[in-house]
Amino acid sequence: MRQPDSLRVDQRPEGEPYLSVSNLVVRFPSEDGVVNAVEGVNFSVTRGKTLAVVGESGSGKSVTALAIMGLVNRKSAKVTGEVWLDGEELIEKPDAAIRKLRGNKMAMIFQDPMSSLHPFYRVGAQLSEAARIHRKLSKKAARDEAIEMLNRVGIPAPRRRVDDYPHQLSGGMRQRVMIAMALINSPALLIADEPTTALDVTVQAQILDLIGQLQTEFNTAVIVITHDLGIVADIADDVAVMYAGRVVEDAPTTKLYASPEMPYTLGLLASIPRMDRETDRLDPIRGNPPSPLKHPDGCVFHPRCKYTDRVPNRACFTVRPELLESEKDHFVRCHIEPEERRRIAASVLGTGAGGNAAIATAGTDGTGAVAPVGRPA
Amino acid sequence: MAAYIFRRFLLMLTLLFMLSVIVFFLFQMLPGDPARLSCGKACTPEIVELNRKRLGYDKPVIEQYRLFVSGIFFGRTFSEDSPQPIKCEAPCLGYSFDRREEVMSLIARAAPATFWLAVGAFIMWLTVGISLGIYAALRRGRWQDRLTLGISLVGYSMPSFFIGLMLYYFVVIQYKLLPKPEYVSPFDDPLQFVQAMFLPWIVLAVLYAAFYMRLTRNQVLEVLNDDYVRTARAKGLPERTVVVKHALRAGLTPIVTSAGLDLAGLLGGAIISENIFNLPGLGSLAVNSIVESDLPVITGITMLTASLIIVANLVVDLLYAVIDPRVRLT
Repeated sequence: MRQPDSLRVDQRPEGEPYLSVSNLVVRFPSEDGVVNAVEGVNFSVTRGKTLAVVGESGSGKSVTALAIMGLVNRKSAKVTGEVWLDGEELIEKPDAAIRKLRGNKMAMIFQDPMSSLHPFYRVGAQLSEAARIHRKLSKKAARDEAIEMLNRVGIPAPRRRVDDYPHQLSGGMRQRVMIAMALINSPALLIADEPTTALDVTVQAQILDLIGQLQTEFNTAVIVITHDLGIVADIADDVAVMYAGRVVEDAPTTKLYASPEMPYTLGLLASIPRMDRETDRLDPIRGNPPSPLKHPDGCVFHPRCKYTDRVPNRACFTVRPELLESEKDHFVRCHIEPEERRRIAASVLGTGAGGNAAIATAGTDGTGAVAPVGRPA
Repeated sequence: MAAYIFRRFLLMLTLLFMLSVIVFFLFQMLPGDPARLSCGKACTPEIVELNRKRLGYDKPVIEQYRLFVSGIFFGRTFSEDSPQPIKCEAPCLGYSFDRREEVMSLIARAAPATFWLAVGAFIMWLTVGISLGIYAALRRGRWQDRLTLGISLVGYSMPSFFIGLMLYYFVVIQYKLLPKPEYVSPFDDPLQFVQAMFLPWIVLAVLYAAFYMRLTRNQVLEVLNDDYVRTARAKGLPERTVVVKHALRAGLTPIVTSAGLDLAGLLGGAIISENIFNLPGLGSLAVNSIVESDLPVITGITMLTASLIIVANLVVDLLYAVIDPRVRLT
C-alpha cells in the first residue's frame, strides 16, 4: 500500500472538522408537491472520529449522505446549504469536480452488499476501478492493490478471491469487498450507510470491527448511518439524531445515552429491548413519521410528542424550534426547558440521569445486539 | 458446459425432426396436385400420371417423407426409371421440376443477397436503436426523450412496404439520388452493391431500430436505479463509464435475445423488402415459389428458416453464460 500520510497530508489543522455540513437542504419537486427530504442539517466530523447519524426510515439520513457525496441528481433535486470537505465547498462545485473527489477523498459503502456489487464483473476489476480512474494506475498495479486491499479487509486467499464474481462470496465477504473498494484510495472521509443492516448478527460485529480498525489505520473520518441505536454506543464518538429531515439532537455519544433531552431521542432509547431490566413491554413512539410532502407546523415532532403540554402558549404547535446548545457540545431542537427535559428523561429511563451512563458503557450487553467492538480509546 | 451443449444439441435435433414432419405433412395437405402443376399447358392424363411417378408422388406419404429425409443425409435420385434420371446429391432438400434445378442450389444462389441484407440492416438497427435508447433513457421525461420516443413510435407503426415504396419512389424515381437497385455481389462491385442495398437496409433498420430503441431505453432506465450503478457513481467513475460499462452491460441480456432471434428470422428472407428492391434473395424465392406452387422449394425454405431460428435459440442461450457469470449452463 502507499504511504498516504506522507504523500497526502491532511490539510486541516488538528481538531478541525474534515467535513462540515451546514444548513443542508434537499428538496425533490414531484407531481404531488415538493418532497422535503432534508430540511437544514448541520453536523461535522473530524479525521479519526466517528459520527453516527440515527433516525427512522425516511428521516433524511441517507439523502443527506448522498447529497454530501454529490450523488443526488441535481436535475431532479434542489440542493442548498454548505458542505465543506477539507476546506473546499462542494455544493457550489460542478458535478465533474465532485466526481474527482468521490471514491478518492470521500467514499461510501451501502446497505445491501448483495446488490451493491455489479453481478457481471469480477471482484478485482470492481475494486481496482477507482484506483485506476483517480490515480491512473496501470492494470497490473491496480490489481496488486486490489489483492492487498482484500487481504487487509480480511478476505482469505485474496489472490484467488480477486478473480471471483460477487455471487461466489457470502454477504459478509461482499461487504468486506465493498469496504475494500471504498478505501482503496485511502479516502479521508468514509460514509457507511447502514453497513450492517443486511447482514447476519454475527457478521455485523465483524464488519463494524473492521471499519473501526481501518479507520485507525487510515485516520479516516467516518459517518455511520443507522437506525440501530444498539451499534451506535459501540462505534460512534458523536451522534446526530435526525427526524423529518432535521437534526433534532446532536451530542457526544456518552452524553446522548446518559442524558438524552429531545423527546424523540428518548422515545428511540425507550424502544430498544433491554436485557438488563425487567419491563413488560417496550415503549414505542406512537404514530408515524410525517409525510415529507407536508411537515407539520411548529415542531415537526409535536404530533407524536407526549410532552407538548410542558410548553406554554402552544409553541410546539406553532413555532419551529431551533437547534440550540443545551450544554457544551450537546445540541437539542426542543421547546421544553432544559431542566424539564432532563427530569422527563430521568423518569422515562428509570433511574436518575447519572445511572443511565451505564447504557453507554455497557451498551452492547444492554441491547444484546452486538459484541463489543475493539475500537481504539 | 460441454454436457450442456451436447444435450441442447440433441434437443435441437429432436426439434428439427419434429419440424420436418410438421412442415412436410402440412404441405402435403395443401390443395392442388403437384403432378398436374408440373406438366404445363399441353397436358394429358397420361403425362400427369407419368409425372406423378417421376416426382414420387405416387408413393405413400410416409414413404415420400422417408425419401425426403434420407435425401438430406444421403442424397437421392428422381425419375429413376426414366431415360434421364436426376441425381440430387446430399444434402438434398428436393428438386424443383418447375425450375429444373435442385432446391439446394436455388437456396444457395438466393442466400447471399438475403445474408447481406440481414447483416447490414442488423448492424444499422443495433447501432441506431441502442444509442438512441441510451440517449432517451438519460434524458428521461425531457423533450429529447419524448421526441425520440415519438419518432420510434412512427417508425414502429409504419408498415415496411409503405416505407419501402415511399423511399423507392422519392429516392430512386423522383429525385434519382440512387440508381435503380440491381443486386451484385459486394466482391464484384462494392459501390453498386451498397447502392442496391442501401434502401432495403434502411427499410428494415427503421422498423427494428424503433423496437430496439424502446427496449434499450427501458432496460437502461431500469438498471440505472440499481444499487451497483450507484456504487459505480460513488467510485467517481465518469458518467459515460457508469452508463455503458455498468448500466448497459447489466441490461444487455434481453437485447441480445431479441437480436439473435431477429437476425435469424431475417436470414430466412425479408419478403417485402426483397421484392420492392428487386433483391434475388430467399424472400423473393419463397414468394415466387408460392405463386407457382413450387412445393419442394417452399418446403426447403421453410425448413431452412425454422432451423435458423432453432440454432439462434441455442446460440442466444450460450451467449447468456458469456454475458452473465451467474448463469450456469448445466
